Amino acid sequence: MTARVITITSGKGGVGKTTGVANLGVSLALEGKRVVVLDADIGLRNLDVVMGLENRIVYDIVDVVEGNCRLQQALIRDKRVPQLYLLPAAQTRDKTAVSPDQMVDLCQELRHDRDIVLIDSPAGIEQGFRNAIAGADETVIITTPDVAAVRDADRIIGLIEAAEKGTPKLIVNRIKPKMVRRGDMLSTEDVIEILAIELLGVIPEDEKIIVSTNKGVPVTLDGQSRSGLAFRNIAKRILGEDVPFMIIDQEPSLLDRAMRLVGRR
Amino acid sequence: MPEKGWPVGFLDRLFKREPPSKEIAKERLQLVLVHDRQPLSPKLLQTIKDDIIVVISKHVDIDRENTKIKLTRGRGRQKLIADIPIRSPRRRR
Repeated sequence: MTARVITITSGKGGVGKTTGVANLGVSLALEGKRVVVLDADIGLRNLDVVMGLENRIVYDIVDVVEGNCRLQQALIRDKRVPQLYLLPAAQTRDKTAVSPDQMVDLCQELRHDRDIVLIDSPAGIEQGFRNAIAGADETVIITTPDVAAVRDADRIIGLIEAAEKGTPKLIVNRIKPKMVRRGDMLSTEDVIEILAIELLGVIPEDEKIIVSTNKGVPVTLDGQSRSGLAFRNIAKRILGEDVPFMIIDQEPSLLDRAMRLVGRR
Repeated sequence: MPEKGWPVGFLDRLFKREPPSKEIAKERLQLVLVHDRQPLSPKLLQTIKDDIIVVISKHVDIDRENTKIKLTRGRGRQKLIADIPIRSPRRRR
């Protein structure tokens, strides 16, 4: 059996790619899958710290590509879950240290004896992004419900389609239900309508994400948070399970609108 | 802007309230994306049209006035469609 290679990307920075990859990696491993998460953000690596594995890095992706070590030596096992490995990015090099062809070869090598390879793409549309999608079978766009992130997501969707990587699926991150209800934040439906791609999941805004990143413990590992549950659901959908979407951002009701008009909300 | 349900749109107008900010966001996004999704500027499209007319005219007599070139919209593959009417050939001897 050979793994599916899935790249998580966004165009804009700071919308939750790394947090998403860390938590989906954990969630997929909790589903019993053999998972590798790969940090493709060479020069600005962060997946290691978000996952709390930064102290265990010996070799990185560039070492593997340049033949300084074997792939197995560079993979860091996450001991908190069965069968989750991190392949860290290099910190002292830049995006040109790896070519798209080398990424394709690396992904081929990672496929063996695994179920899912998740790639954390850098922000932007330059070579780092090109590298991140080069070896992907599938792509996932993560966005937040604001004009800048949605605009960049639209551009990235066009680039992914032009690169003949199919149509990506969508994760809407950091939804604030109260603001959506008030009519002051784009709803998931609005974002889907604009981007016209299939929804994979919605993550509510959750302060626990910040706490979990502070500690280096992905929120999915940390009990019963809303965001953690949302990530678990997305992992199940990736594996083909039909999980209903969490209702977190209903459109404003007539009452909400009326209250707003009389200045009560 | 997308139509709101009648009671709210009506109340909005009645109270002269500005629309919820997400409606503004949506409208601005949709406008900006029309431009972003356009891979060829109108100027470039005109240049392409002029070049096509020159090339085709070498071989066939075409109706330059009614020659049109347009980009088809939509996701996935985009296409350039050229509509070049050929003038009825002069009666040959």
